[in-house]
Amino acid sequence: MSGPSDYQPSNPALQWIERRLPIFGLMHSSFVAYPTPRNLNYWWTFGAILSFMLGMQILTGVILAMHYTPHADLAFKSVELIVRDVNYGWLLRNMHAVGASMFFFAVYVHMLRGLYYGSYKEPREVLWILGVIIYLLMMATGFMGYVLPWGQMSFWGATVITNLFSAIPYVGESIVTLLWGGYSVGNPTLNRFFSLHYLLPFLIAGVVVLHVWALHVAGQNNPDGVEPKAEKDTVPFTPHATIKDMFGVACFLLLYAWFIFYMPNYLGDADNYIPANPGVTPPHIVPEWYYLPFYAILRSIPNKLAGVIAMFSAILILCFLPWLDSAKTRSSKYRPLAKQFFWIFVVVCILLGYLGAQPPEGIYVIAGRVLTVCYFAYFLIVLPLLSRIETPRPVPNSISEAILTRGGKAVASVMVALVAAGALFLGSLQDARASEGSDRPPANNWSFAGPFGKFDRGALQRGLKVYKEVCANCHGLSYIAFRNLAEAGGPGYSVAQAAAFASEYKIKDGPNDAGDMFERPGRPADYFPSPFPNEQAARAANGGAAPPDLSLITKARSYGRGFPWFIFDFFTQYQEQGPDYVSAVLQGFEDKVPEGVTIPEGSYFNKYFPGHAIKMPKPLSDGQVTYDDGSPTTVAQYSKDVTTFLMWTAEPHMEARKRLGFQVFVFLIIFAFLMYFTKKKVWADSH
Amino acid sequence: MNPDASTIAAGAPIEVDLSPVAEGQDIKVFWRGKPIYISHRTKKQIDEARAVNVASLPDPQSDEARVKSGHDQWLVVIGICTHLGCIPIAHEGNYDGFFCPCHGSQYDTSGRIRQGPAPANLAVPPYQFVSDTKIQIG
Repeated sequence: MSGPSDYQPSNPALQWIERRLPIFGLMHSSFVAYPTPRNLNYWWTFGAILSFMLGMQILTGVILAMHYTPHADLAFKSVELIVRDVNYGWLLRNMHAVGASMFFFAVYVHMLRGLYYGSYKEPREVLWILGVIIYLLMMATGFMGYVLPWGQMSFWGATVITNLFSAIPYVGESIVTLLWGGYSVGNPTLNRFFSLHYLLPFLIAGVVVLHVWALHVAGQNNPDGVEPKAEKDTVPFTPHATIKDMFGVACFLLLYAWFIFYMPNYLGDADNYIPANPGVTPPHIVPEWYYLPFYAILRSIPNKLAGVIAMFSAILILCFLPWLDSAKTRSSKYRPLAKQFFWIFVVVCILLGYLGAQPPEGIYVIAGRVLTVCYFAYFLIVLPLLSRIETPRPVPNSISEAILTRGGKAVASVMVALVAAGALFLGSLQDARASEGSDRPPANNWSFAGPFGKFDRGALQRGLKVYKEVCANCHGLSYIAFRNLAEAGGPGYSVAQAAAFASEYKIKDGPNDAGDMFERPGRPADYFPSPFPNEQAARAANGGAAPPDLSLITKARSYGRGFPWFIFDFFTQYQEQGPDYVSAVLQGFEDKVPEGVTIPEGSYFNKYFPGHAIKMPKPLSDGQVTYDDGSPTTVAQYSKDVTTFLMWTAEPHMEARKRLGFQVFVFLIIFAFLMYFTKKKVWADSH
Repeated sequence: MNPDASTIAAGAPIEVDLSPVAEGQDIKVFWRGKPIYISHRTKKQIDEARAVNVASLPDPQSDEARVKSGHDQWLVVIGICTHLGCIPIAHEGNYDGFFCPCHGSQYDTSGRIRQGPAPANLAVPPYQFVSDTKIQIG
């Protein structure tokens, strides 16, 4: 994008266009002939990875918006229907939701890369500031996107974050009213967030164009921080950088696909599978992991306004970085002290993220304050001071000289450290819930666990029977239609069997021509009828506690895994906290209340229920439901079967997800190897 | 982007009948999408609220200024934590008042902030007694 191009297409049609709009010349000079420093390492591929992720988010987002309904009463259901009924809707949703996390992961690596190699220094100040603007826009977009599914965390996250603005003196309240479009977070809020969530990514794309433009004017920085001087210091962008970026993207896709296909809810919060309820606050409100360091800074300041100012300053201070750090040497490779402080800063950020997920009490508050001071001290004291007192090591004269003298070993160890730290950081969310004070549900051996897990058809059919005969008296199953029973990956009934099953139900329909409602036998397209006409009726009939709908229960319940289990979970793909909990609660009733525990009138003691006082009486007893296939009719077997069934109702396409995941992994691994060897070939004479 | 006409209209005053609320009980009603706690306080709770040295509070306000005189047993507050907008739980915390589970703010039996990060007392919505057992909020 710098200056006129002398590119001449050979095709006459392209020549005709080129003379009128030199777009091919622009492309050619920016992405083909553009000279790129030949000593770039793999940290430089994150620019391409981020561009790819932005395109991915926009593409999946546009398709999701075609199926999504931005209304407070319908949004939650419409997201569930996308996952259940839209063709590959589960894939789109997972790609978009996990994509947001991956986008932030990549942007953090990209920013830290810039920090380490001094990419913000003269003449790249504007390039860096444009990057900070992109990051701010990303944060706004990510936050508003998280509100759209309208679950409990969406709603309460929106409440907490919009309330931040009420701390602003004089105009705060008016700003909050403008954000809400009402007197509290509600339907108008959801509507405007949807509109802005659709708009902002295109603004991001616009700023990205400026970012790339500024990059191509100033030229890329490089690990040695010396500007290219001669032609042998650079290689043409295509094929060298292109193929290297492709390999980087392929490796990144492996991580992305791991989450999409095997751990789609690892980064999310179980509470967001509960529809938004303005009357009940979840016990821990935790933002998405990528905001946690800033949330920790907000909470560590006891004054509300000062906390909000500190949080925003923590981001805006990045804009002033080029002037805070006035050291002449760019790369920390040649700055022994700056290098050490950089890694301390990374650790501080990760620890802040960990604290952001902890309850704000006791030692966590004090640690949060210390780390907040460390965070700001890095920018305001350490960097300005280092640029004055540090003696850097001699910088090579040119890039070619640097290549001749280098030995590369640090990258691998840095990579390992970063992956370990990242895992700690991501998992701190789960850790937040570890201190609930109830017994750990025992782990079970589920047929659907693991990368090749499949539902046990017999268990699904038996579980359906248990649900129908026991649970259905109080609990609804409103996202499951009778037709689902005959779908692939389900209990394995035929279409005729599902229709026969449906016809046993009476479904309310109407109004007919006379204007009356009437009952008719169920059809496969009907959904399981709920036992109560509305929530109030359910509440009144059950001593004040409404029995929750069971369609999503195994995803909406979880328990804290704690350190270090959540790190192992990432590798073992353990994600059956929900089923373990449900099965444990079903078996956790005890007639004898232990000493020291008081259970209120009308409640029952349950070992695994948080707080131990559950309103549901013991639902299952041995021999209650008859099985035709000879399986034991015990509470343990009932619990296992009905939990398996409820896991299927929570995610009917789980088998398709895992099957496609395997195929994608085979493809990606082959693709990554091909890219790697092509890259080696292309770069063979450039090293 | 200010609230539209239908949102404003839906925010009109509401009347609440207090007769079913026994002493020591409280109810939660919604007005303008906000939960309003109406507590029928016991003698002990009122005394607790009035025994406090007002000047020592983070947001000094006497209990008398927060209830309608002659109806001292009724506490009507907007159940939204003044910190970041969560909903406090009634009858919890060290002060027998409200406890916010999000960031640990604690309010007393008059809805005044006593401990934690919240900067102000729970707000008292505009309301008046239409009769002895009925209030109009708004």
